Amino acid sequence: MTQTLDQIFVLAAHRLMSYLPAAFHPLCSAILSVAAIIIVFATLFALTTWLERKGLGRIQNRYGPNRVGPCGILQPIADGVKSLTKEDIVPITADHAVHFLAPVLLVAASFLGYAVLPIGRNMVLVNLNAGVLYFFAVGSMMELAVFMAGWSSRSKYSLLGAMRAIAQMISYEVPLVLASIVVIMQAGSLSTVSIVDLQAAYTGIWPHWFVFTPWGFAGFVLFMVAATAESNRSPFDLPEGESEIIAGYYTEYSGFKFALFFLGEYIGMFATSGMAITLFLGGWSAPFSFLTWVPSYVWFFAKLLAIISVFIWIRGTLPRLRMDQLMNLAWEFMLPMALLNLFTAGLWHFMAAGSLRWLVCSTMVVVPCILLSRGLKHKKKFQVRTYHYSQ
Amino acid sequence: MVGDGILKGMAETARNFFGSYVSKDRLVTLQYPEQRDPPIESARSFPFLVFDGADWQQGMRCVACQICEKECPPKCIFIEKSKDKKPDAYGKPQFFPATFNIDISVCMSCQICVEVCPFDAIKMDVVTDLSSADRFGGLLLDRQRLAKSDEYYNSIHPTEAAAVDARRAAEQARQAAKAKAAAEAKSDAEAKLAEATPAQPAIGEPQ
Repeated sequence: MTQTLDQIFVLAAHRLMSYLPAAFHPLCSAILSVAAIIIVFATLFALTTWLERKGLGRIQNRYGPNRVGPCGILQPIADGVKSLTKEDIVPITADHAVHFLAPVLLVAASFLGYAVLPIGRNMVLVNLNAGVLYFFAVGSMMELAVFMAGWSSRSKYSLLGAMRAIAQMISYEVPLVLASIVVIMQAGSLSTVSIVDLQAAYTGIWPHWFVFTPWGFAGFVLFMVAATAESNRSPFDLPEGESEIIAGYYTEYSGFKFALFFLGEYIGMFATSGMAITLFLGGWSAPFSFLTWVPSYVWFFAKLLAIISVFIWIRGTLPRLRMDQLMNLAWEFMLPMALLNLFTAGLWHFMAAGSLRWLVCSTMVVVPCILLSRGLKHKKKFQVRTYHYSQ
Repeated sequence: MVGDGILKGMAETARNFFGSYVSKDRLVTLQYPEQRDPPIESARSFPFLVFDGADWQQGMRCVACQICEKECPPKCIFIEKSKDKKPDAYGKPQFFPATFNIDISVCMSCQICVEVCPFDAIKMDVVTDLSSADRFGGLLLDRQRLAKSDEYYNSIHPTEAAAVDARRAAEQARQAAKAKAAAEAKSDAEAKLAEATPAQPAIGEPQ
């Protein structure tokens, strides 16, 4: 029974396929899975915009949206209708083709990553043996879309916003990938499916998730910080600053194209969160061995929603960083920590299991973290700012 | 240690998040159309016309003197004087506005019309939810939409309305006294005239 419930979508897809001639099977099965992914994650996007507005409202002691439907749950539909009926304005000097393609490419690129995410047991679109590599490769296409948007708008705000966004996304791509390498080292595979399978084992009631190791925990934290910056979310939401560069690279977008940027950003955030779940939080596996009867996809989405809530929580808490702080964090703190974490993971692999391994590896994570943050704090000098050109 | 400030801040926001579900006092937002702030006495939005009694046409204080129309800086008032007269609140026959329009899309709520009105006929309202999909009809208030009772005026600006009522009562008393005095004088004169009449032939008597 639990087996059937766990595999219900897989079985349903097989059942549907059985009505078709065998020659169509690969194509139709791919289309079916793609449609399912698009529908599920677009719905999750709608739900998240509502959750985010509600959560931020409550954090600021407000109600949040409460007019459309019960508790404002239909707010995303109202927003969608609004953005669809709005006038689509394209600047007359803009490069029309590129201006149109940028949001399309952004959404397409952010959806491509889902191809390798195992949403449940046997529920992955393609089990690539270089899945993690593929994920980061298509993820970097988003930078291209951002730059297309900024460049084609022919507006200085768009261009500056795009430059900022690209600088940020490229800088944080480095710690993002380096933080995930420790998992690849440990798993010995780039396939997301085998990475999850490795973590879906239990000692007693405790799962073998990589986050429960010193290097895994450090990697997870680094990965999540980098993922926040990758998806341009607060506190790293510099690419849009109302007081400086208006809405950044999508200043010149309106109506549904603007909504597409919004969609692309959230879909990208879910994809990176899904990758964090796959790499560190055991993918679809249950957190305790006695909970394995719950269908695997439920666990995946529960973890995804938990990460989304933390994202919302952080957005409601932290103020925005300055550009130099943002870059310093990436290059002076996260990059050394991520590189050091590779050594920790290597040491963990070669040391015999036991409390000594835990002690050594934890020290290798905690001590550099403290020293590095202290050192960076001392390095800061506060002085009167001198302007060379404006005086 | 790096990050302890972040954790402190996150604890604070979490406290706000859960606290807003526990105690309603935290949620200070007023759910506007259903809930409203208590009215502020000195608030003002747009002018309205005061009438006494039950019938707005009968009790209209405005006598169409058109001072407000002339004084209005953005010229948002349009008045057409009536041809005939009707008795006002004191029973004196007066002109009345056949048309009295205020375009509230032009009105700047300066209150000059209120200050210049010698009859306390135009006062400032406090209603703010006047938005309309029809820019011309919806925002051009005619005299029926402008007419509001003295009781309403008393309810929105109690202090000011009490002063106005006292002044009007005093004025009414003065008018009544004057009328009475005039009547008395008239009757006295008549009486004198009546007294004098019989003697009249005497006056005409030849000397």
